[in-house]
Amino acid sequence: MAGSTLRFSLLLAAAFAGRATALWPWPQYIQTSELRYTIFPHSFQFQYHLSSAAQVGCSVLDEAFQRYRDLLFGSAAFRFPHPIEKRHTSEKNSLVVLVVTPGCDQFPSLGSVENYTLTINDEQCLLLSETVWGALRGLETFSQLIWRSPEGTFYVNKTDIEDFPRFPHRGLLLDTSRHYLPLSSILDTLDVMAYNKFNVFHWHLVDDSSFPYESFTFPDLTKKGSYNPATHIYTAQDVKEVIEYARLRGIRVLAEFDTPGHTLSWGPGVPGLLTPCYSGSHPSGTFGPVNPALNNTYEFMSTFFLEISTVFPDFYLHLGGDEVDFTCWKSNPDIQAFMKKKGFGDDFKKLESFYIQTLLDIVSAYGKGYVVWQEVFDNKVKVRPDTIIQVWREEIPVKYVKEMALVTSAGFRALLSAPWYLNHITYGPDWKEIYLVEPLAFEGSPEQKALVIGGEACMWGEYVDSTNLVPRLWPRAGAVAERLWSNKMVSNLDFAFKRLAHFRCELLRRGVQAQPLSVGYCDMEFEQT
Amino acid sequence: MEQRGLGRLRLPGLLALLAALGVLVVQAALGRRRAQTPRISASRNQNLWPLPVTVRTTPRLLYLSPGNFFFGHSPTSKAGPSCAVLQEAFRRKMELQKLEVSVIMDPECDSFPSITSDESCEYLCHGNRLFTKLLVTDSRARSLETFSQLIYQHSSGTFTANESNIVDSPRFPHRGILIDTSRHFLPIKTILKTLDAMAFNKFNVLHWHIVDDQSFPYQSITFPELSNKGSYSLSHVYTPNDVRTVIEYARFRGIRVLPEFDSPGHTASWGKGQKDVLTPCYHSREPSGTFGPINPILNSTYSFLSKLFKEISTVFPDKFIHLGGDEVDFHCWYETLLTTPLHPFLKPLALEVGVEVVLDMISAMKKTSIVWQEVFDDEGKLTPGTVVQVWKKRNFHMKLRKITAAGFPVIISAPWYLDLISYGEDWTGYYLVEPLNFAGTPEQKQLVIGGEACIWGEYVDATNLTPRLWPRASAVGERLWSHQDVTDLEDAYRRLIRHRCRMVGRGIAAQPLLPGYCEHEGRM
Repeated sequence: MAGSTLRFSLLLAAAFAGRATALWPWPQYIQTSELRYTIFPHSFQFQYHLSSAAQVGCSVLDEAFQRYRDLLFGSAAFRFPHPIEKRHTSEKNSLVVLVVTPGCDQFPSLGSVENYTLTINDEQCLLLSETVWGALRGLETFSQLIWRSPEGTFYVNKTDIEDFPRFPHRGLLLDTSRHYLPLSSILDTLDVMAYNKFNVFHWHLVDDSSFPYESFTFPDLTKKGSYNPATHIYTAQDVKEVIEYARLRGIRVLAEFDTPGHTLSWGPGVPGLLTPCYSGSHPSGTFGPVNPALNNTYEFMSTFFLEISTVFPDFYLHLGGDEVDFTCWKSNPDIQAFMKKKGFGDDFKKLESFYIQTLLDIVSAYGKGYVVWQEVFDNKVKVRPDTIIQVWREEIPVKYVKEMALVTSAGFRALLSAPWYLNHITYGPDWKEIYLVEPLAFEGSPEQKALVIGGEACMWGEYVDSTNLVPRLWPRAGAVAERLWSNKMVSNLDFAFKRLAHFRCELLRRGVQAQPLSVGYCDMEFEQT
Repeated sequence: MEQRGLGRLRLPGLLALLAALGVLVVQAALGRRRAQTPRISASRNQNLWPLPVTVRTTPRLLYLSPGNFFFGHSPTSKAGPSCAVLQEAFRRKMELQKLEVSVIMDPECDSFPSITSDESCEYLCHGNRLFTKLLVTDSRARSLETFSQLIYQHSSGTFTANESNIVDSPRFPHRGILIDTSRHFLPIKTILKTLDAMAFNKFNVLHWHIVDDQSFPYQSITFPELSNKGSYSLSHVYTPNDVRTVIEYARFRGIRVLPEFDSPGHTASWGKGQKDVLTPCYHSREPSGTFGPINPILNSTYSFLSKLFKEISTVFPDKFIHLGGDEVDFHCWYETLLTTPLHPFLKPLALEVGVEVVLDMISAMKKTSIVWQEVFDDEGKLTPGTVVQVWKKRNFHMKLRKITAAGFPVIISAPWYLDLISYGEDWTGYYLVEPLNFAGTPEQKQLVIGGEACIWGEYVDATNLTPRLWPRASAVGERLWSHQDVTDLEDAYRRLIRHRCRMVGRGIAAQPLLPGYCEHEGRM
């Protein structure tokens, strides 16, 4: 062996998935060796490099240092006193962090650079990154490189890593309408997302079932539309907390307010907003989608989305647009009259388009970009060219692979979720299928492929709440995380299994209730509280 | 009848002072009431799960004051403050003014529950705002669970119950949950939590599939090497004290612990700590280095099994022992037997001999054996009275007919493998299974002693056990407890949704049935 260095090619890597290389997700380039350095928890520090653009006072990194110290050493950090003066090259007492570009107080964005390099050798133990967000990703990797002998000594192996994400949008969707998720469930999820290098929390806040988002312009929305306006709501303070908690972990919060369908819970709080459905010539007492024929609707939306645009700092808002049921619109005479007036004939897709276009214009005027579900594209709604289309339907109207080709050939950016509906469960190791999805496996030009900005794992809430969210999500969502971060070539199932099984035990160690992949055990099992 | 003394049991303080308040004594000896159809009054109670045999409630409301409510023993009760099972149960239901409990049958306060334990009960819930009550029951605390479910809290915070009269008894005496602690180790806390949830659903058997191929967590006193070498790690072990804790915790909840030591297959983990117990497999007349089922042709095997089962029969007080016997891979035996001229046994014979010896062993220990259906299928000679557990879903009703026709008691689990998950509301499928829906005589039907919901451990450990088990297993719980005619899905939905929220409120992370919410959401 040349030196004691093993050079990994991506395909060979499977052979060397030892303790020191059980990383998840797998980095773009890694070179590691059996040479190891001892780490003494009591004296180990994270330090800013003298020439780093980020220095003490940088909230994102200061807090990350504290988190990773706790995650790595916990209470062990102070148990074994060790004389400071004894220093050998076989010891590492700090990780030096060098961030090139200043900026600690901004929010991460779709264009944020997450690259980093990690160099651990005799001379240095250095994490170099373009931005603080890259430094966060590198800290996570570093934390996964540290291992512990059965006697309890901490080690890190000589390692070189150069890493960057394959896709810039790596998201996880939570649905807080079908079931309310306590704030703590959301915050805990953000932590685990960071462990998996996810960077977008797609918050499907409201839907037919309930409206837990407390709006300060329209407080009746939650008063009348939430499951319980005292306990099952997200206050402005809660939302702020989520956004800041996410920011500190390099995660964007993409808020979704889905219209014109999926809006039943909006109705009680905003009289006149929803379409009254008719049975024959009389209102049936039930309601359908948002009423697109009234000016009031657009005035409401205009005020409401002004609030939303202010509350959520991300450039993008998710405007929904999926599964609009036309039957109620069809039954309503006022809608029929409006269709006639507009010359839409019997084509309710045109009515839907009219609504969505008006809404998109409103949101654009607030300086926001938007993401919509694929129906908006399928129904040929005229959208801005920088719209992001999220593909979620597996088979209909076309297979999702085909849909990706269609969306990108029309020049739109695409997000893939169709094969990653994690709320759908089956017996056995279904993570393998999730893992083997190749987002770019559609026919299209390199330019088209470049329009795929990433994907999202979706955990819809019909059958999910805080009782079962965590084990259903992890480590299955981890499979999506690696697909979106690592090189396309990293797709060997055995290699993935070994690392993912190791990673899930690490999650347990970190207190995350991640479910098993197969038979076996972890040194630290989940303990009931 | 002995006067149990005066005084009152004040909760949460544990002082047992029985108050001899004027109570109505019902002297009805309650047998099992299989024949009775459920009768529910117009003001149907939406809170009960599983549904009792008869419930009569009136709109009249009775109020409880949490500060003053207490459980007391009726002067005529056969059980008194020294009955630990009841005293503990009283404490668990401490949130509730006074419930007077009268046990009319042998109270079985210090013994273990058994298959013949009388679980029937009748109680009247009546009186003025004073809320005096009478309860007639065995000491198994089932009726206390029912009582606790009758209490609801007004939005004003007042604890309330409707005046009611309930007569109840289970349809089947064996209502089990199978847990598998070999594929994944389940910490003791998780097992105890499961026992709590079982009691909330009136389950009365914990079928503990304690060992299997993957690991041997049971720490044997006689053969400590079995777990020393065969467990996942030395911290993934159930010590004798752990096992005692589980058994006692279960007993206080009227739950039997049925241990399963599956053999001759599913025993790979046994081989690590016990030399020669497994069959060495052959490949082309050479030992292949791998091992198959228990080696049935060595005398040493039987002396080992005899000692092991002797220990097990002492450690586990239940009258039944589950011997497994499922999915035996004959391939290894064949190869070995073919290359061992001294033992020209053929397969069925080898198994038959093995099974017969083990069954005799168990009989000699005055225990009854339970086996998986293969043992019956493979036409081993089953000792009369051996219970057969049916687990293969395909044509299971046919199998029930055959086994009961041969005169063996059966336990059903075929339609209730809860580890097989799917998207959506799969509990309705478990709920609508009718266990006695097979062609057979009334005597045959009598041989169906109950069923078990199984949560095998290949993909289940402490992280996901509870939400995967509850409330899906509750569907099985009602099927095994309530009357055959209790099959209205809409009604079940309404009650189960409430029951699920109640479990969540009691700290059981039972997953949701459909979109909605509980007043108090679960926190993991």
